[in-house]
Amino acid sequence: MANMTVNLKVWRQAGPKEKGEFRTYTVETDTDTSFLETLDILNEQLVNNHEEPIAFDHDCREGICGMCSLYINGHPHGPATGATTCQLYMRRFKDGETITVEPWRSAAFPVIKDLMVNRNAFDQIQQAGGYVSFNCGGAQDANCLPISKVNADMAMDSATCIGCGACVAACKNGSAMLFVSAKVSQFALLPQGQVERKRRARAMVKKMDELGFGNCTNTGACEAECPKCIKISNIARLNREFIKAKCSD
Amino acid sequence: MATIDTEKVKVMNPADSKIPEGPIAEKWTNYKAHQKLVNPANKRRLTVIVVGTGLAGASAASTLAEMGFNVLNFCIQDSPRRAHSIAAQGGINAAKNYQNDGDSVYRLFYDTVKGGDYRAREANVYRLAEVSNNIIDQCVAQGVPFAREYGGLLANRSFGGAQVSRTFYAKGQTGQQLLLGAYSSLNRQINLGKVKSFNRYEMHDVVMVDGRARGIIAKNLVTGKFERFSAHAVVIATGGYGNAYFLSTNAMGCNCSAAMACYRKGAYFANPSYVQIHPTCIPVHGDQQSKLTLMSESLRNDGRIWVPKDIEDAKKLQRGEIKGSDIPEERRDYYLERRYPAFGNLVPRDVASRAAKERCDKGFGVNNTGLAVFLDFSEAINRLGIDVVRQRYGNLFDMYEEITDVNPGEKGNEINGTVYYNPMMIFPAIHYTMGGIWVDYELQTSLKGLFAIGECNFSDHGANRLGASALMQGLADGYFVLPYTIQNYLSDQITVPCPGTDTPEFDEAEKKCVEAQNALLKIQGKRSVDSIHKELGHIMWEYVGMGRTKEGLTIALDKLKALRKEFETNLYVPGSAEGMNNELDKAFRLKDFITMGELVAYDALNRNESCGGHFREEYQTEEGEAKRDDENYFYVACWDYQGSDEKAPELIKEPLHYEAIKVQTRNYKS
Ligand SMILES: Cc1cc2nc3c(=O)[nH]c(=O)nc-3n(C[C@H](O)[C@H](O)[C@H](O)COP(=O)(O)OP(=O)(O)OC[C@H]3O[C@@H](n4cnc5c(N)ncnc54)[C@H](O)[C@@H]3O)c2cc1C
Ligand code: FES
Repeated sequence: MANMTVNLKVWRQAGPKEKGEFRTYTVETDTDTSFLETLDILNEQLVNNHEEPIAFDHDCREGICGMCSLYINGHPHGPATGATTCQLYMRRFKDGETITVEPWRSAAFPVIKDLMVNRNAFDQIQQAGGYVSFNCGGAQDANCLPISKVNADMAMDSATCIGCGACVAACKNGSAMLFVSAKVSQFALLPQGQVERKRRARAMVKKMDELGFGNCTNTGACEAECPKCIKISNIARLNREFIKAKCSD
Repeated sequence: MATIDTEKVKVMNPADSKIPEGPIAEKWTNYKAHQKLVNPANKRRLTVIVVGTGLAGASAASTLAEMGFNVLNFCIQDSPRRAHSIAAQGGINAAKNYQNDGDSVYRLFYDTVKGGDYRAREANVYRLAEVSNNIIDQCVAQGVPFAREYGGLLANRSFGGAQVSRTFYAKGQTGQQLLLGAYSSLNRQINLGKVKSFNRYEMHDVVMVDGRARGIIAKNLVTGKFERFSAHAVVIATGGYGNAYFLSTNAMGCNCSAAMACYRKGAYFANPSYVQIHPTCIPVHGDQQSKLTLMSESLRNDGRIWVPKDIEDAKKLQRGEIKGSDIPEERRDYYLERRYPAFGNLVPRDVASRAAKERCDKGFGVNNTGLAVFLDFSEAINRLGIDVVRQRYGNLFDMYEEITDVNPGEKGNEINGTVYYNPMMIFPAIHYTMGGIWVDYELQTSLKGLFAIGECNFSDHGANRLGASALMQGLADGYFVLPYTIQNYLSDQITVPCPGTDTPEFDEAEKKCVEAQNALLKIQGKRSVDSIHKELGHIMWEYVGMGRTKEGLTIALDKLKALRKEFETNLYVPGSAEGMNNELDKAFRLKDFITMGELVAYDALNRNESCGGHFREEYQTEEGEAKRDDENYFYVACWDYQGSDEKAPELIKEPLHYEAIKVQTRNYKS
């Protein structure tokens, strides 16, 4: 462990309609402390000085809930690959470094306060079709439906998406294709998802378009920045699913 | 000193727990055959509030809506999908016997009762084991991508406290996949307009009208406004109270405020002292740490736990002069395998945690603080190859490396032809709370119309929960139990209109919330919420943690009283009541954690025995095993609020009756 001092250049914005600005703070931390714990230290400092602490989303702090959402030094979730903001440790940064911290920037994710954004649009897309229509009770024995391990594993890889929104934040068009394609793929790969396959692809894409997300131009930034390494091949599958659904209209 | 008035102790009427008649295996069937139902036309006229969107809350909300009820569903996160259940790693139990290893509903029932150190209610546990199989069927039908064998059938792994392989899993992300399954069903109902979803809302109070729960006051965490919601019944699914210890494996937002609101309104709180300390967490590294990270119990399938045999080796490790992989096989003490040959590294969590503490207390700890033991994969890697081991645990190895900068799959040393890999360092941490709001067989609290499900109730795990059983319980409650039992209550409510929210009861409840908020903002002292919360955590871990004594608990109660005073007079909350104010929200939660901490200490002080997660050092065998006192403590301890946080609560006992299982000393040795 080594002590270190960093300058955090943080986006501060009092509310959705207020004008925001960067403010820089100096914080003492150490290499074994996480990035969010360093923000905790800063907030403690601010509170002790009777200033407003920085609002940011976080919960599980182990990379699974998808709540944390910081744009650090120009990357969603910062410099580490395959990791969320909460899994970022200060050993990734240099002593004395100035670190820029911003909220997700996308028309579909308006800022609520400081570094916190509203990602309700993601829920709305899932509500449009991200499910198998099945009522509780009455399911057959689980092993009556064998599923090839290959497909089950691929479905699992797609289902790993944590819905953080890094893909949208990374995309110059603010497209939600990676997010949508992960859910569509999970169900397209499983027998349970077949009956509603077309309806699902249509409904989710329609909702995504309605909510102001941009178009996909195959830049691949989403895949590069996804903390869960969701593959861009999901987008290819979504395109196929969508075209098939459209053709059968 | 705060004491419990033993004169006042009441004993609950056995009928209050509403356990159905008949032999254990027929109780649930009998119940369902005779309970009252609500017909479809009437369901449309009834509204249910479900607070929480974890496995319990999301499954209950979606199932109630599928049945036709109108549901209002709340969570504090920005989306229902982010409830703390998402973080569960290891798996979910079910008595499918797909491995043909002799599993059965009875065996799962028996293991759970025994694992809970004979302090759970038999009938509830049997029902849990009975519906466990339906859960797996339900989740597969939803499209949950469980791990599978090459033949396409479901795969299983083993967890602590069982000699069969009954745990279903989805990589190390089982909670995530199960929650996303429940969330998908919930989304479908939101889309159909049957569920109204309120995200970033925090319940502050339950509103009672004529002795029945009729609504809640919830704060919109974005606008800062208190809002009123009414319904025919209220279901609380708000998770556990582990964060009373500050450092725990729980998510940062986990809190016990909704449960405390119910408790203050008169809902009994049961067995608060039963707190689970998980043996395999990454050790504490410093003062700035905000939470502890769990390393899944599944690692104990292949990982072996050890400390050095020789105290000199331990001292060298503590000084950083040698590494774990420098110590050869013959100088390692695999203390769990030594003490518990029948279960070895797969003993239940309470046993494994205490054994680690015992070794560290004797000076055998392996890191600079002396508070860590090794979890070693050398044997598994040598037997299976690194690829197979990484396939099983790769994401956990990566997670460990990201946090500690050590890669457990990396070759460390070769001694006398044996290759040793870097072990992980682990230490016990607060993880789960078996205690919770008291509920009867129908999952109804001691207040009419108020139900509690999931981790926030006390019902199924007794004094210790087995691994992979919390997910099972949350989903059992939400998919298969509550949606039935709540109808027995709602059936005579069909003619009652949903109460309005501009009644004196709602006025009064909201006024109290506003006053409480103003009081917090007015203190204007010197200390931040976190600094007081950390102090609370130290008191709880030191005196109400893994080893408790009468003396320590008495000190804890005094210290907690002083801490409440400090909170009330020296807290500083910045900002105002307008708009979003996270510090203010945290302050509310901290206030409840202090009251919760006292409740844990009161209960621990009352229970003069050791059982499961509650270990009183005065009550142990010569070998250091927990010593229960069935003659005097074979009961559920229910605590009844006395009108003020400052007053000691009163104890009401629910005596336990076992019909199917013979109460024995737990044995994991042979
Ligand atoms: C790291 C970790 C790993 C685990 N692994 C396993 C495992 O492998 N197997 C297993 O069986 N168990 C495991 N557990 C335990 C298990 O995850 C939990 O016990 C279980 O998920 C709890 O579910 P729940 O629905 O009761 O509550 P939670 O999932 O905690 O949900 C609580 C809900 O209530 C809401 N809420 C809380 N307070 C309020 C309020 N005041 N107002 C409004 N809403 C509120 C929250 O927003 C959330 O939606 C693990 C636990 C941890 C910490
Ligand atoms: S806080 Fe949960 S993923 Fe970062």
